[in-house]
Amino acid sequence: MTATPSGRPATTSAERLARLLNLVPYLLSRPGVPIAQAAADLGATEAQLRDDLELLWVCGLPGYGPGDLIDMAFDGDRVTITYDAGIDRPLRLTPDEATALVVALRMLAETPGIAQRDAIQRALAKIENAAGEYADAPIAVQSPGGDDRLATVRAAVESGHALRITYYSATRDETSERVVDPLRVIIAEGRSYVEAWCRRSQGVRMFRVDRIDALTELDEAACPPPQARTAAEISRVFRPAPELPSVTVRIGRGDRWITEYYPVDRVEEITPEEWLVTLRVSDLDWARRFVLGLSPGAEVVAPAELADSVRAAILETLAAYA
Amino acid sequence: MICLLSTRRFLTAAQIAATVPGYEHDPDDLREHEAFQRKFERDKAELRELGVPLEIGTASIFDAEPGYRIARRDYGLPEIPLAPDEAAAVGVAARLWRHAGLAAAASSGLAKLRAGGIEVDEQATLGIEPVVAVDPAFTPLATAARERRAVVFAYRVPEDDKSSTRHLQPWGVVCWRGRWYVVGHDTDRGAARCFRLSRIVGSVRLTGAPGAFTPPADLDLMSHVASWSGPVDRSRSARVLARAGRAAGVRRWAEAVEATPDGDILTLRYAEPHGLAGWLVKYGPDVTVLEPAEVRDALVARLREMAGVAAGPASAARAAAAQTAPAATPAAVPAAVPTVAPSREREEVAA
Repeated sequence: MTATPSGRPATTSAERLARLLNLVPYLLSRPGVPIAQAAADLGATEAQLRDDLELLWVCGLPGYGPGDLIDMAFDGDRVTITYDAGIDRPLRLTPDEATALVVALRMLAETPGIAQRDAIQRALAKIENAAGEYADAPIAVQSPGGDDRLATVRAAVESGHALRITYYSATRDETSERVVDPLRVIIAEGRSYVEAWCRRSQGVRMFRVDRIDALTELDEAACPPPQARTAAEISRVFRPAPELPSVTVRIGRGDRWITEYYPVDRVEEITPEEWLVTLRVSDLDWARRFVLGLSPGAEVVAPAELADSVRAAILETLAAYA
Repeated sequence: MICLLSTRRFLTAAQIAATVPGYEHDPDDLREHEAFQRKFERDKAELRELGVPLEIGTASIFDAEPGYRIARRDYGLPEIPLAPDEAAAVGVAARLWRHAGLAAAASSGLAKLRAGGIEVDEQATLGIEPVVAVDPAFTPLATAARERRAVVFAYRVPEDDKSSTRHLQPWGVVCWRGRWYVVGHDTDRGAARCFRLSRIVGSVRLTGAPGAFTPPADLDLMSHVASWSGPVDRSRSARVLARAGRAAGVRRWAEAVEATPDGDILTLRYAEPHGLAGWLVKYGPDVTVLEPAEVRDALVARLREMAGVAAGPASAARAAAAQTAPAATPAAVPAAVPTVAPSREREEVAA
């Protein structure tokens, strides 16, 4: 049963067997299902599925007499299983499959302000039950930001209205009011965000929920323009763009945490007490605050412009205490 | 496979070979027989990997050779009576993995549920989308914890100069504030420890047999990670002068704001003077500490040190001296406790 049909990109025999074992019970529970839909549901192409059906046709009980083989009826693009040769249920979940579903459901159930929490918990209980011993996954999940603010924001986004927000931008060190058309709420890397069309900046922006200092639901409906798309790849959002200015700082041991906390481009470990760290910043004013907040021994290597502004800020601040 | 599924008896390798196409060979030809045996072993391993429960036994006491059959009672996915809203939740859950970690396992699990007759709505949303991302060490550690097998890995905390080899009996894996940790009994230290997965260098090696240890009966995985960061007691109060329209990041934490001709006087709660000074210094001349003296002095001392460094390369000696001074950053994790789960909520220091 591991034969590879000629002329098709070969999938591994294990993948194919897994698909075949799903196919029979899938078809059994959906008599007359369109082949295209079966392919989509089982994560295969239509051509792969047709090959699978051909192979199944010759599968069955040892001895291979008529009546022992899996039998099916075709009606145009639809298919019905008429004899299942004993494969009436899909395989139980593997440990990884059980873990993947259980952990994701726990993550959902722990998400503050999520809709349908009740359904999530019922689903979790049933999947855990079906996974048996594997469901007892020794994995605990706690969602971040279990605060009321996230629940308020989510309710406002659900309402489908435009929102007026008072938002603190750490990049500019500015609090401003803006009207946004929300697209969705996401939780990533331990923080929650509203992804929305910002009418002021005329673009899609990610707003950190913990920096939304005030929020008003407007009467008008949210109407993001057609060009407003959510970022397909979330991880991209948190990766600095290559055109941003690059900053290099010399840091000591006590500041090494920045290499874990910020996405850094390069770390050169010169001596244990001297690391050169290069990272991209969206704004040199932000970079000045960042460098001023490091240990007193930290020093800007490049650009010179930043080193100058850091030095000027130190001297000007000191002068205030003279 | 189907041959085994439909039998109740144990079939020997020879019996299977005789009935299954693809296994035909001449058992008296040594080379052919060896080839068959290799293929048979490979296929058995593949079946076990897919989750097929292969049983070994003999059909009767007269049989010397072991036979194989599939444990039917363990084979099938039990009926899962999911209501439509529950099935939608499972669909959303499977999508959370996106392309990371257990994404493939999530979709093959979903395919099995569909095969079991459950209709899963691909379009359903729940208003909030958490994104699950895991470190490469996640899968081996979750497996090791489930099977109760000991692990070995190299671990490096940024404050350390080299990675160290750690031996752990993993009790479980925890996601806390978006980061993953493994909690377990560190056999080198003889105590419970937790490790951040992103600090594991290279691969995690599973050692020893399954069932090698028993986690504590009253285990609360989350408490091992979360207990390190209790609430901060901000019982002290400071007054700072902020230039008009500047230092928005400080203003949002102000308990009270008093407008004066020189700027706004903000009242801030804080726990510890060096922590507050280290945070205020970021705003440079936009804020000036009025009182108390402990915050003012901490800030001025810090600025003087910084001025020495910023003055140029001649100050390298001073810079080195500064490194050996007591850490003035409150959020800095003591390097001597490499297993804590630190939270770098730098901006919230003054919250």
